[in-house]
Amino acid sequence: MKEITFKINGQEITVPEGTTILEAAKTVNIDIPTLCYLKGINEIGACRMCLVEIKGARALQASCVYPVANGIEVLTNSPKVRKARKVNLELILSDHNRECTTCVRSENCELQALAKEIGVSDIPYEGEKSGKLIDDLSAAIVRDESKCILCNRCVSVCRDVQHVAVLGKVGRGFTSQVQPVFNKSLAEVGCINCGQCIINCPVGALKEKSDISAVWKALSDPTKTVIVQTAPAVRAALGEEFGYPMGTSVKGKMVAALRRIGFDKVFDTDFGADVTIMEEGTELIGRITNGGVLPMITSCSPGWISYIETYYPEAIPHLSSCKSPQNMTGALLKSHYAKTNNIDPKDMVVVSIMPCTAKKYEIKREQLNVDGNQDVDISITTRELARMIKEASLRFRELPDEAFDDYYGESTGAAVIFGATGGVMEAAVRTLADILNKKDIQEIEYTAVRGVQDIKTATIDVTPDLAVNVLVGHGGKNIDYVMKKLVAGELDDTHFIELMGCPGGCVNGGGQPIVPAKVKMDLDIRAERAKALYDEDAHVLEYRKSHQNPSVIKLYDEFLGEPNSHKAHHILHTTYSQRPKMV
Amino acid sequence: MAFKRSQILVCGGTGCTSSGSMKLVTEMKKELLKHDILDEVEVVVTGCFGLCELGPVVIVYPEGTFYSRVTAADIPEMIEEHLVKGRPLERLEYKEKGDGHHPLSINELGFFKTQKRIVLANCGVINPEDIDEYIGFDGYLALEKVLTTMQPVDVINTIKASGLRGRGGGGFPTGLKWQFAHDAVPAEDGIKYVVCNADEGDPGAFMDRSVLEGDPHAIIEAMSIAAYAIGSSKGYVYVRAEYPIAVKRLQIAIDQAKDYGILGENIFETDFAFDLEIRLGAGAFVCGEETALMNSIEGKRGEPRPRPPFPANKGLFGKPTVLNNVETYANVPKIMLNGAEWFASVGTEKSKGTKVFALGGKINNTGLLEIPMGTTLREIIYDIGGGIPNGKAFKAAQTGGPSGGCIPASLIDTEIDYDNLLSIGCMMGSGGLIVMDEDNCMVDIARFFLDFTQDESCGKCPPCRIGTKRMLEILERICDGKGVEGDIERLQELAEGIKASALCGLGQTAPNPVLSTIRYFRDEYEAHIKEKRCPAGVCKHLLNYTIDPDTCKGCGICAKKCPADAISGEKKKPYSIDLTKCIKCGACIEACPFGSISRA
Repeated sequence: MKEITFKINGQEITVPEGTTILEAAKTVNIDIPTLCYLKGINEIGACRMCLVEIKGARALQASCVYPVANGIEVLTNSPKVRKARKVNLELILSDHNRECTTCVRSENCELQALAKEIGVSDIPYEGEKSGKLIDDLSAAIVRDESKCILCNRCVSVCRDVQHVAVLGKVGRGFTSQVQPVFNKSLAEVGCINCGQCIINCPVGALKEKSDISAVWKALSDPTKTVIVQTAPAVRAALGEEFGYPMGTSVKGKMVAALRRIGFDKVFDTDFGADVTIMEEGTELIGRITNGGVLPMITSCSPGWISYIETYYPEAIPHLSSCKSPQNMTGALLKSHYAKTNNIDPKDMVVVSIMPCTAKKYEIKREQLNVDGNQDVDISITTRELARMIKEASLRFRELPDEAFDDYYGESTGAAVIFGATGGVMEAAVRTLADILNKKDIQEIEYTAVRGVQDIKTATIDVTPDLAVNVLVGHGGKNIDYVMKKLVAGELDDTHFIELMGCPGGCVNGGGQPIVPAKVKMDLDIRAERAKALYDEDAHVLEYRKSHQNPSVIKLYDEFLGEPNSHKAHHILHTTYSQRPKMV
Repeated sequence: MAFKRSQILVCGGTGCTSSGSMKLVTEMKKELLKHDILDEVEVVVTGCFGLCELGPVVIVYPEGTFYSRVTAADIPEMIEEHLVKGRPLERLEYKEKGDGHHPLSINELGFFKTQKRIVLANCGVINPEDIDEYIGFDGYLALEKVLTTMQPVDVINTIKASGLRGRGGGGFPTGLKWQFAHDAVPAEDGIKYVVCNADEGDPGAFMDRSVLEGDPHAIIEAMSIAAYAIGSSKGYVYVRAEYPIAVKRLQIAIDQAKDYGILGENIFETDFAFDLEIRLGAGAFVCGEETALMNSIEGKRGEPRPRPPFPANKGLFGKPTVLNNVETYANVPKIMLNGAEWFASVGTEKSKGTKVFALGGKINNTGLLEIPMGTTLREIIYDIGGGIPNGKAFKAAQTGGPSGGCIPASLIDTEIDYDNLLSIGCMMGSGGLIVMDEDNCMVDIARFFLDFTQDESCGKCPPCRIGTKRMLEILERICDGKGVEGDIERLQELAEGIKASALCGLGQTAPNPVLSTIRYFRDEYEAHIKEKRCPAGVCKHLLNYTIDPDTCKGCGICAKKCPADAISGEKKKPYSIDLTKCIKCGACIEACPFGSISRA
């Protein structure tokens, strides 16, 4: 590759051709402020915070999109640059709802951080404010235009990363807004509730619909048994809210915190994940041997479920009929657990802690109940749990490491890797191979399906007679790609597909702690957080295969009978239907 | 072609069409038929003559008789007198002001005399809907010459040597632009594009519109030449949907050119191929910015893109693209035909050729004109424009529309070219020229332009989206008498910040009208802020209406006319105005038969 040599603040540097000034500056430890910039996703030069002076150029240039050229002289900190950035930031702030003390993003707001960094102490240009509307009709996502700074990140993520494109800019000039089409609510368009817009919003213009108060209310009701379950990806990211380095599992402290918050039982969604493997694996073997619809596609991710129901309803028969692990756990709690513990399911409140915003939508699906009792009553995100821990005045870092409660707290390494893209596939294959070969196979790390590449395919020789073709995809863009092929009949040779709504899978879900774009410039958080899960699989848990989970074995022996039995179907399986693109 | 003894040219430009010129055509044909001379006299609908103020305009050749403000009712008499009896109908002939009663023919009129028409040469002369007329005036000769005798690099060198600069406002050397696109290595598909920017958006500007309406083939020819020069075979004309006549005539021209084999494959029996399509814009001002225009053609929201990459390397659909404005293109066939030296002999050292202006505001001859670069503002206003109406004093002229600035009376002898205008804080712009007299408030003018730009901002970058709004808010409060000490400095600071940091030309130039009016008319700003006074008497909130008790006869007419019931009094005694109710509409001043009401 060609090299380019140029000067930055008088210092001569050489970088590969095509590098932007912003990236080049970083190599010599110059940190140019950015706001709209989102690496690889939203590189549009809109916010004008990263302006630099290029000698000879007429106006200041946005360094995030300016490719370096031989011999140019760049100034990143000249009086002209500092002045322009400051005026810009003052203008942005003049049109921003600055209720920072009560904002959910306070102290984790890129705009707030920038104001501090640039040194804005007052706003000399107060005037009319443009955004007024708050859209809170969606089950999962709240949009607050009074805080939107029109950086366009959510628009780009929704359109280019998720291939959903329900957000766009409307109006012009000062009246420009980011909105769904025809000024509809997010609840009325084909939003899949994935929340990728939230975790990429630099400010508090997009946030989850908080259900914390419902949880506190349930906890304070003496007539209710309040049970909590936590998804695998939560432990891999919750620590970030309490100063732990990314990729640290805080499972023990999380359990301890939940107990101190007041939950009657603290269970692990991983238990449900192990059950999912039993059900889904059996379903797959059935489809392969009985000539059922193939490829079969996983059904754990509610973002993905909404995607197929909205955009590829014709492919619904490919979906596994399994409920998601969250709902399997909830359904079993409301049936098996309720029965064995003599609790009326109506007096139970099942709370789930999820890395996901779409789960808030999923729990309200009318199909997801057992005998009229909603599987899961309240779903909150990793971020909301962090807030509850703070509200409960717990010194999280000082808490002891505690274990989940028995039975529903028992899980395997297969379940914990559900939180990363490829994890469900690997877990399923581990069990399939053992069952079909009728032995305990030791080679169980299927690395071909690990990692954050867009699409992963592999042919796995499950038995000497059965080679299973698998495919793993994650994030709407890749989902769209896979589904186009599937609908066109190009995947007829594939047996099993894992699709997750969010890029990287649940570790990068829309309910996870929000990481500033600056950090994401150097770090692939999908891979970092996944490390915590693969580490737990390899080094922490006793069992690494779902069918070896002693509690799961017991559950089938004592309650469900066989996987895919009539009872299992009644409690653990569900149906799907076409979802309108707009209402 | 049949011989015709006379030709009647009827202006079919937008102005004259709006004032009923098409009705005249129907009427003329009816009358000619009645007199049985329809086969002797030809009625031709042309493009804009330029003297829109006097529309509808009709010219009868061979005499060159110039009829103005013709109505349908005049036609029977005109046909009978001029075409049957052979004597021009004097009462309808345009009599130039200051010149006794001797009627002038078109070429003797002051309005046309000072002009040099290169771009507008065919406008008002040929029927734009007939390719044969264009060919009859040397049309497509330049393309034939280029395709059969020149190499692409010769074409580019000729344009470079001519000194032609972009007429859209920026003034970038056209030859250089073509060179960049010529040198750009296309992708494997080899696609490059040629685009014409006909998204004219300045308030009051209609130069490009008139060229497209009056001489559409010139644009087709020029774009074909550009395509040959850079190695392209596909072009787009981006024209706003609000220009229906231009769109219609351009489409007719494209269809005719295709019929004649001038667009398509093997043009002039060479292996050059070129196809042209029209793309309609929805009228957003920002889509005149080249990168926003390309986004719009691509079907995206009309938002500018950062440059680099420049369109020459990565333009429309990511392909190397040449994008020029209508007027720039209109010069090209003439340059190729007459040579670079001929073109370079017109104009000033760094600004060659002519410039078309749409003259409006406080001027007698509102209309379209084309002058050699270097003509002074004084010549434009007084020789061509016929001066200021009602004997008022010239105060300033705004060039460059909302992106430009004002030229004050003290600089009326400035020779108009790109660099002179820049040096006085103005810009050439696309050619809007608005004349202001002593009754115009310069703060109000700045407010007007800012209102326009903040409304037309695409909203992509904060300095433009929010900055222009904040500037407007300050200007509004100054005009409302609520300006505070420091507002001028605040405006200047914001203006400099926006200029330095906005993403595209729209934002970078939006503060210009404010900076330029502060530069030349700071005293007016100060009068508004410090004395709460509008010297020109425009800003409503700063005006007070009073009735002079000495001259008021107590007739009560003013009280009857007042829409706000703000005036009261007893008959035959002096009336008075309740200033808390007065909405300052001025109805009372107009109504008072004794001139007793004043505004200050």
